[in-house]
Amino acid sequence: MDYFFQQLINGITLGGLYALIALGYTMVYGVIQLINFAHGEFFAAGGYVGVILLGYFTGRGYLETHPILCLTAAFLLTMGYCAFLAVGIEKVAYKPLRSQPRLAVLLSALGMSIFLSNALMLTQGVYDKAYPSELFQGGFHLGGVTISYLRIMILAMTVVLLIALNLLVFRTKIGIAMRATAQDKIMSSLVSISSNRIISLTFAIGAGLAAAAGVMVGLYYGSVRYDMGFLPGIKAFAAAVLGGIGNITGAMLGGLIIGMVEIFGAGYISGQYKDVFAFIILIAVLYFKPTGIMGENIDDTRV
Amino acid sequence: MEPILQLNDIVTSYGRIQALKGISIQVFPGEIVAMIGANGAGKSTTLMAICGVLPIDRGEIYFKGQAIQGMPPEKLPPMGLCQVPEGRRIFPRLTVDENLALGAFYRHDTEEIEKDLDTVYGLFPILKDRRRQHGGTLSGGEQQMLAIGRALMSRPQVLLLDEPSLGLAPLVVQKIFDIINDINRTQSTTILLVEQNANLALQTAQRGYVLETGRIIMEDRAETLMHNPEIRKAYLGE
Amino acid sequence: MIHEYKKTLKNYVIGLLWLLGLLWPLLGIHPDGTLSFDRTFTTWLYIAAGSFICLLIYMLNKSGLLRPVGNALSAPREKASRLIGAVPIWVWIGALLVAACLYPVFTGRYAQDVATNVLIYICLGLGLNIVVGLAGMLDLGYIAFYGVGAYTYALLNLHYGLSFWICLPIAATLACIAGCIIGYPTLRMRGDYLAIVTLGFGEIVRIILNNWMTLTNGPNGLLGIKPPSLYVPSFEAGFSFELLYIKKLQYLYYIALALAILTITAVRRLNHSRIGRAWESIREDETAAELMGVNTFILKLLAYAMGALFAGLAGAFFCARMRFVSPESFTFIESAMVLSMVVLGGMASIPGIMLGAAALIILPEVFREFETYRMLAFGLAMVVMMLFRPAGLIPAKRMGTRSEDREG
Repeated sequence: MDYFFQQLINGITLGGLYALIALGYTMVYGVIQLINFAHGEFFAAGGYVGVILLGYFTGRGYLETHPILCLTAAFLLTMGYCAFLAVGIEKVAYKPLRSQPRLAVLLSALGMSIFLSNALMLTQGVYDKAYPSELFQGGFHLGGVTISYLRIMILAMTVVLLIALNLLVFRTKIGIAMRATAQDKIMSSLVSISSNRIISLTFAIGAGLAAAAGVMVGLYYGSVRYDMGFLPGIKAFAAAVLGGIGNITGAMLGGLIIGMVEIFGAGYISGQYKDVFAFIILIAVLYFKPTGIMGENIDDTRV
Repeated sequence: MEPILQLNDIVTSYGRIQALKGISIQVFPGEIVAMIGANGAGKSTTLMAICGVLPIDRGEIYFKGQAIQGMPPEKLPPMGLCQVPEGRRIFPRLTVDENLALGAFYRHDTEEIEKDLDTVYGLFPILKDRRRQHGGTLSGGEQQMLAIGRALMSRPQVLLLDEPSLGLAPLVVQKIFDIINDINRTQSTTILLVEQNANLALQTAQRGYVLETGRIIMEDRAETLMHNPEIRKAYLGE
Repeated sequence: MIHEYKKTLKNYVIGLLWLLGLLWPLLGIHPDGTLSFDRTFTTWLYIAAGSFICLLIYMLNKSGLLRPVGNALSAPREKASRLIGAVPIWVWIGALLVAACLYPVFTGRYAQDVATNVLIYICLGLGLNIVVGLAGMLDLGYIAFYGVGAYTYALLNLHYGLSFWICLPIAATLACIAGCIIGYPTLRMRGDYLAIVTLGFGEIVRIILNNWMTLTNGPNGLLGIKPPSLYVPSFEAGFSFELLYIKKLQYLYYIALALAILTITAVRRLNHSRIGRAWESIREDETAAELMGVNTFILKLLAYAMGALFAGLAGAFFCARMRFVSPESFTFIESAMVLSMVVLGGMASIPGIMLGAAALIILPEVFREFETYRMLAFGLAMVVMMLFRPAGLIPAKRMGTRSEDREG
């Protein structure tokens, strides 16, 4: 039973991280109908910039004296960096191809993905880069289950980000504008919403969330690699599709489910094939119910 | 008096086909101008060209004396030009409230926006009952009211209406046209009205343009057009 | 005019500044608590210099200043194309064939090695072309069929001692079946989803190959696979047939050449057949094709299976040549490379794909010193090609004529 609860907590943690990455996929798809292959690289870049910043803070001694401040700064700066990166990428590789057939922009995204992961490798090295491990040592025990402080921090951070996103999208004026642009781009421009700005904003937010996930993964597993974006990227996409592509709540739900399935599958069925479960879910969803759980109308091609 | 909206020789194409072959229109402040014509004559194309949604090959468009051809569409509502496009096009998964709020997107005067919201709900009480419902769940008539209300939220000086009566029951159409007349009278909102229902359009408007396959074939006062035998035969169902 | 240049220049400068902002945190913040700018600046300056040259060329081209150069070249170019056109295409193809056959005679091991690689990838590229270029389905897991073919030969040879020539059709068939299995669920899906799902399938195959220790020996791979063998008459002790293993690279080259020629001919025939017409109609507008009575499902499945078939052939050969197979050769990056050969070379254009395969194999060899930048350049090249020349290096000529183009 304790094993079950341990796995449950692991599953929720992982699910939250997948949810953060999946949100980027789903929001971008909602607004320009593109599967941004390069999205996983925002996750990886986030992991790297996070470790660079935290390493710097450690070297300066700030990490010891003001851990919370450093961590917050690392998160904010990393998210800002990846947002900055994403906005540029959109303008360079995706915007010029908006009137071209879908294949062209898909391939551009593919090329970008390869370019970015290799750029990370070239600037940061082929080997894993280690996160400072002094943070968040220890944990506490609840019955037979160990919950580390690190995990609590990650869970809390994920929840905060997800709530913030929800508030942004459903309660603020700009959030209404984002949803409007996803539903009818032309009409939203007729009500003076600049679709270019909204698209840039969508990319920025999506990348920021993925970056945060990257930092958390780096903290949790202790290191980052230049190709760490590939598998989580696909799994997060599976999560977005599972939840209904374009649907924000769906992406959160999907992420959670994929995370749970992966952890429980690894724990109870097979550890070696844990990566396969997400793919199987993806294929099954697209075959049986392509609109996903929240039933977004994917054939809704709004001009 | 200077026209508040002027189109000079607008030519647009769709691939190799020319949709508009040289359209020139003038709309003076405070009037209601109708554009009638058969399906595919280019009426909606003209409105979309004015708003910058469709690119123009040749010609100029002046709004309040300023050249607006080539401007991105989102710059127009702050200038006072607003369109209610064909087919209502309300945002289906946003609530009535959110749809109306978007009409005032470019505005920052929160108090005035609140007042306008009350005004719109006053004009369309049925929308007030449904204010938290998603736009997609409304009936056709309610959606049209919502679309017009949304346009009113931007406090337009010139309102472009594309087929407001399409697919609506006569009573609803009557109500909508009453409101169109009302806002024209009380707020001096200039209106360019595109309508397939030529009767209704010419009854409401002061002047009219007749479009046929991308060209203006006739321009006159609405009353004259209504009594013109050719027009009666072609468009007024005689 | 000047206004446009100012705009391009402004965008360029903004882009460079953006790049600087991205580079510095990666290169200039150090874990010992120091901040540096020199490494960032040097890298950035290199990039700025290179891109500025490209920008100049681009602007010169646009402004027409390069037109005199183009005009000077066009006269000999026209002469050349007239010469080429004067000789019937059969002569050129024959000459190419002769050159290909004589190639190993005049070149050393290294060149033959590269050439054999090019030939294998031509097979792969043309096979993928059936799926992507002819039928219009984006397949990102294509390399899985290559792997199926390779492992089929490996296992059949290791466990049952079957010869290469027997295994070749078996590998093709199994790959074909794999294509049907993978194709069946994916065929309902739209373009973007199809891409990710095929990617998923490709990964599943790789993961299975990597983890099924009992069957495939996992990441260690399978060793000791026998190369292709031939029975040759031997007059040693009386007249008998002796089993000769083809280990010499030269002969392997010829087998690869044979496979490539087979693939090229097959794809060409398919292209011009009724099936090819039907595939083209599906690619252009699937709904319309269905309405015209085209059985899209069977045809798409057929495209998938045929594409897989050629990958299976190539895979079996690859395995026989390497005499060793491991899951590492069948990653997503390989799929991406084959895809880019098809796309960058010119979708559905056979010469284009051949050129693409050649370019993608030979260019990295030429620029061996820049090995570390290979994938970076590859990704960049894909983006750049999409931005500036989405039709590919040698775009395919459409089979029929469009009515609008005819009415002219």
